[in-house]
Amino acid sequence: MKALVAVKRVVDYNVKVRAKADGSDVELNNVKMAINPFCEIAVEEAVRLKEAGTVEEIVVVSIGEKACQEQIRTALALGADRGIHVEVDGKPEPLEVAKLLKGVVDKEQPNLVILGKQSIDGDNNQTGQMLAALTNMAQGTFASEIKIDGDKMNVTREIDGGMQTISLSLPAIVTTDLRLNEPRYASLPNIMKAKKKPLDVVTPADFGVEIQTHVTQLSVAPPPERAAGIKVEDVAQLVDKLKNEAKVIS
Amino acid sequence: MNTLVIAEHDNAELKPATLNALAAAEKLGGSIELLVVGGGCGAVAETAAAIPSVSKVHCADKPSYEHQLAENVSLLIAELAASFDNVVAPATTFGKNVMPRVAALLDVAQISDIISVESADTFTRPIYAGNVIATVQSSDAKKVITVRTTAFDAVADTGGSAEVVAVDADHDAGLSSFVSEEVAESDRPELTAASVVISGGRGMQNGENFALLEGIADKLGAAIGASRAAVDAGFVPNDYQVGQTGKIVAPDLYIAVGISGAIQHLAGMKDSKVIVAINKDEDAPIFQVADYGLVADLFQALPELEASL
Ligand SMILES: Cc1cc2nc3c(=O)[nH]c(=O)nc-3n(C[C@H](O)[C@H](O)[C@H](O)COP(=O)(O)OP(=O)(O)OC[C@H]3O[C@@H](n4cnc5c(N)ncnc54)[C@H](O)[C@@H]3O)c2cc1C
Repeated sequence: MKALVAVKRVVDYNVKVRAKADGSDVELNNVKMAINPFCEIAVEEAVRLKEAGTVEEIVVVSIGEKACQEQIRTALALGADRGIHVEVDGKPEPLEVAKLLKGVVDKEQPNLVILGKQSIDGDNNQTGQMLAALTNMAQGTFASEIKIDGDKMNVTREIDGGMQTISLSLPAIVTTDLRLNEPRYASLPNIMKAKKKPLDVVTPADFGVEIQTHVTQLSVAPPPERAAGIKVEDVAQLVDKLKNEAKVIS
Repeated sequence: MNTLVIAEHDNAELKPATLNALAAAEKLGGSIELLVVGGGCGAVAETAAAIPSVSKVHCADKPSYEHQLAENVSLLIAELAASFDNVVAPATTFGKNVMPRVAALLDVAQISDIISVESADTFTRPIYAGNVIATVQSSDAKKVITVRTTAFDAVADTGGSAEVVAVDADHDAGLSSFVSEEVAESDRPELTAASVVISGGRGMQNGENFALLEGIADKLGAAIGASRAAVDAGFVPNDYQVGQTGKIVAPDLYIAVGISGAIQHLAGMKDSKVIVAINKDEDAPIFQVADYGLVADLFQALPELEASL
């Protein structure tokens, strides 16, 4: 079976992102970029399925500017077999990304598509579900375990009240949650090998997609600051403050 | 202008997140109708009819909707959406699962996790783990929106008498089926609705030590939460996770114990009214958002705290 994994280039999760002084956008000059952590989990899951003999080929796709080829190479170093870069300027919205991914799905005909549940920049949590709608496939979102059995897949999902297991017909879409696996680090030899793996560059026009704008970001601003707090000496003082100053306990 | 709000429920009870989503819908203006979709959910629809801000309750009660599978429910919502300007749901795991699928079926964007309605087409929402608030404007004729429940005060849920209409449309996409569910039963309030939350982090060392939090939670009527590190380490179940990629909470009192205060954790709790941090490292970033910080070993402080409540 063939697995398609989507990866996104995002600001590294350790970076504390700030709004530009003029509020036009966030400051992204000279910040460290990385593969979105949930996408890394997606790659790892595909690699484990390949190691288990369930998956034969892993195709990794990224959509964005040329620089996102770095993240494709990272995924190749982690064990993906070949890459597809859909070159797009700017920040396409989730719906547009899903349309481009549908183009890739139509061409590649994967049995399984794995994406991260959300990217840690826009925090939208949309693309996998949208791709599932556009391809009319089943979706197993926020997955913490997947089990493939013939042309069916059981997905255990992290839901608000606990866990839910559903059965999906393949081909299907999975979006990863944090507990699905713990991604490995790429070894140096694998990083070297990844440089020689095939990477195709395509454009939205190749899929007949014209990128549209549905939502415009008008401005960005820092969140309201919390007033500075105090350190209390001991538990007795803490309880006193909570009772008599903050009045949140009685 | 009219808005369809998707009710959050478990076929037995209407969940409070619905009331927060309705509050956001009120800000959009115009009339509001509610969809209760499920299996054996008639009583939920009857309860919902008492919400004064709802003019009509649509009840889609079919076996194919019992487990609210996204493949089936999204087809129904997309069909009903034809006669509404806005479709709104709370940003719960249910809303997050179903609504983007609806949006794509309608060929419109979804605006995720809004924290304010500036006008009928302009909203604010946190991005980058809440380090930045973006103001966004939608140009879609039909808007699909999920709502951060902590940002909107619940509407009243009694006093109204909306008409309940049965929805006939029965969509079964035939792509997915329900296997099983493990839902924790607890006498404690729900994490996202509790007025007091006490959370433990990696500093708790193991699951057994969460008993130290339970005693305090019992006395304060609090829900128990956790950091990702505590969940990953298996101390507590995944649904305890508070943060950017877990649950968003904003109780009157949030007590963080043995939690360092990574931005991903802060994203889920920094809108709490009063924040208390107990940590033995005086430089832990959690103290930067804490109203009251106690530098102490939690294994000493927690028993003392329980005793003094
Ligand atoms: C994609 C992504 C998503 C994430 N999403 C989330 C999320 O939703 N929620 C979340 O919480 N995290 C999330 N994280 C993880 C986050 O970055 C941190 O790793 C995590 O929050 C750390 O948890 P912690 O504070 O419990 O552990 P640590 O950072 O290890 O802190 C433990 C703290 O306990 C204190 N301590 C230890 N022993 C004691 C003692 N005896 N008494 C008192 N204090 C003690 C220490 O001083 C320390 O400050 C995410 C990370 C990524 C990459």
